[in-house]
Amino acid sequence: MQKFSGFELFRRALGGHKSWQPQWRNPEPKAEYDVVIVGAGGHGLAAAYYLAKEHGITNVAVIERGWLGGGNTGRNTTIVRSNYLFDESAALYEHAVKLWEGLSQDINYNVMYSARGVLMLAHNHHDEISFKRHVHANRLNGVDNEWLTAEQVKEFCPPLNIKSMRYPIIGGALQRRGGTARHDAVAWGFARAADSRGVDIIQNCEVTGIRRGPSGAVEGVETSRGFIRAKKVGVSAAGHTSVVMAMAGLRMPLESFPLQALVSEPVKPAFPTVVMSNTIHAYISQSDKGEMVIGAGTDAYTSYSQRGALHITAHTLDAICELVPQFRRLRMLRNWGGIVDVTPDRSPIIAKTPVPGLYVNCGWGTGGFKATPGSGHVFAHTIAKDAPHAINAPFTLERFRDGFLIDEAAAAAVAH
Amino acid sequence: MLIITCPWCGARPEVEFRYGGEAHIARPADPSALTDAEWADFLYNRTNPKGLHAERWRHIHGCGRYFNALRDTVSDFFVTTYKAGEKRPDIDASSGGSK
Ligand SMILES: Cc1cc2nc3c(=O)[nH]c(=O)nc-3n(C[C@H](O)[C@H](O)[C@H](O)COP(=O)(O)OP(=O)(O)OC[C@H]3O[C@@H](n4cnc5c(N)ncnc54)[C@H](O)[C@@H]3O)c2cc1C
Ligand SMILES: [Zn+2]
Repeated sequence: MQKFSGFELFRRALGGHKSWQPQWRNPEPKAEYDVVIVGAGGHGLAAAYYLAKEHGITNVAVIERGWLGGGNTGRNTTIVRSNYLFDESAALYEHAVKLWEGLSQDINYNVMYSARGVLMLAHNHHDEISFKRHVHANRLNGVDNEWLTAEQVKEFCPPLNIKSMRYPIIGGALQRRGGTARHDAVAWGFARAADSRGVDIIQNCEVTGIRRGPSGAVEGVETSRGFIRAKKVGVSAAGHTSVVMAMAGLRMPLESFPLQALVSEPVKPAFPTVVMSNTIHAYISQSDKGEMVIGAGTDAYTSYSQRGALHITAHTLDAICELVPQFRRLRMLRNWGGIVDVTPDRSPIIAKTPVPGLYVNCGWGTGGFKATPGSGHVFAHTIAKDAPHAINAPFTLERFRDGFLIDEAAAAAVAH
Repeated sequence: MLIITCPWCGARPEVEFRYGGEAHIARPADPSALTDAEWADFLYNRTNPKGLHAERWRHIHGCGRYFNALRDTVSDFFVTTYKAGEKRPDIDASSGGSK
């Protein structure tokens, strides 16, 4: 692997930047791997990287039906935070934030993690008491989160209109270590780092079946490029998880919904932080290119259309125009959708399954980008050891049977 | 925005409706006879197909009634709608979808 550094950039500039090599190979699939990961999103690529790095398992393939990072990883609004209510979730997301903080060095790729703060707005009494409860719970878990008054909100993020709106801002919860990262760089960085440790990333190859032996255990995957043998298969297919798991005869506690986002024309730096409002449903941050990145809601119905309806985005823009009136004159450049897989309790599943050798990482719904390194790290552990890491042990499939839901849905009614 | 045909009121815009999730999931007749796994299946597991989906809708800003629909989840095309209590029409994914 060619190492990236300021010196290398300078040295290769002298040669007109002609000596850079591709960042990963494009190999033909081998007949057999120790582990096959289905889905080259951030999560699947991170799992492959940590399998190689932490567990010495390098005979690994990541199989992707499209191009790597073309799923939700490349479509999301990149908000990273860890101020979740329950102990289990706080531990999981905080594990990820700690990895984000050193990720660019670890994988020698600038993922542009920017801890510019994530500010969640309160518009009514219910928001206020719920956020304060989160602040206290987070403190007990060693996760930073603080309550700001309306005036402090305005001071921290001056473009916000706090008063002359239908639901005035009465305060907010701020996680200063939260922020954003560059979505494509996360996929590319993990791909390059995994590839350099021997992982084969096989794009344009769809998994069409999961082959099981007489004992029921996994034997490998059928793909559009032939059968690939593997005793361990980890599914990390986001919105398509139900479809892939059905290939092994499993029904999942998941529904897939379109979720949309949009960006404005690029402008000079005008918005210093990430702002989220669940009550009027809007979230916004400014990318380093200058675009305002705006997240809309999910459609009401399950779908794989990867589009989403116009009235959903219009609703979000109404809220944005109230929150930041000067953005009314911004033109929107693009909008798009991804397909997110949602669990009943809005917490993910990172676990073994009833099928020996089959593992699943799914249910991240509208909010799994923030967990990418942490999720990949504990999923790799689960696959390598055939047992969960302490951090993902509560995030089983069986929790729905046994009544141990991790009900972040009821805790926050949070999107993303 | 989708145009959805309520079996009672006719074609109306999507915003008049509420989505009701997967159809034909019958509440267990004898709840105490179920195992935990069967309960979990009833409460939480869903087919979530890529293709034809039988689902419930409620015409909440119209007649207020629930009905069922068959929709292609790839194109969002409604193949048909039918009244609650009626059997799922015997239509396969190839008829009408992806328009
Ligand atoms: C509009 C939008 C905004 C979002 N905003 C945020 C946010 O601000 N913060 C946040 O934390 N999260 C956010 N999310 C959620 C986040 O994007 C996802 O939870 C996360 O990226 C999931 O990563 P992944 O690697 O699991 O999935 P993906 O990146 O979707 O990767 C799954 C891959 O599996 C592949 N695949 C599927 N089926 C097969 C098959 N049969 N064979 C081979 N490959 C297959 C797909 O092609 C895909 O590339 C947002 C999502 C969307 C859509
Ligand atoms: Zn009606």
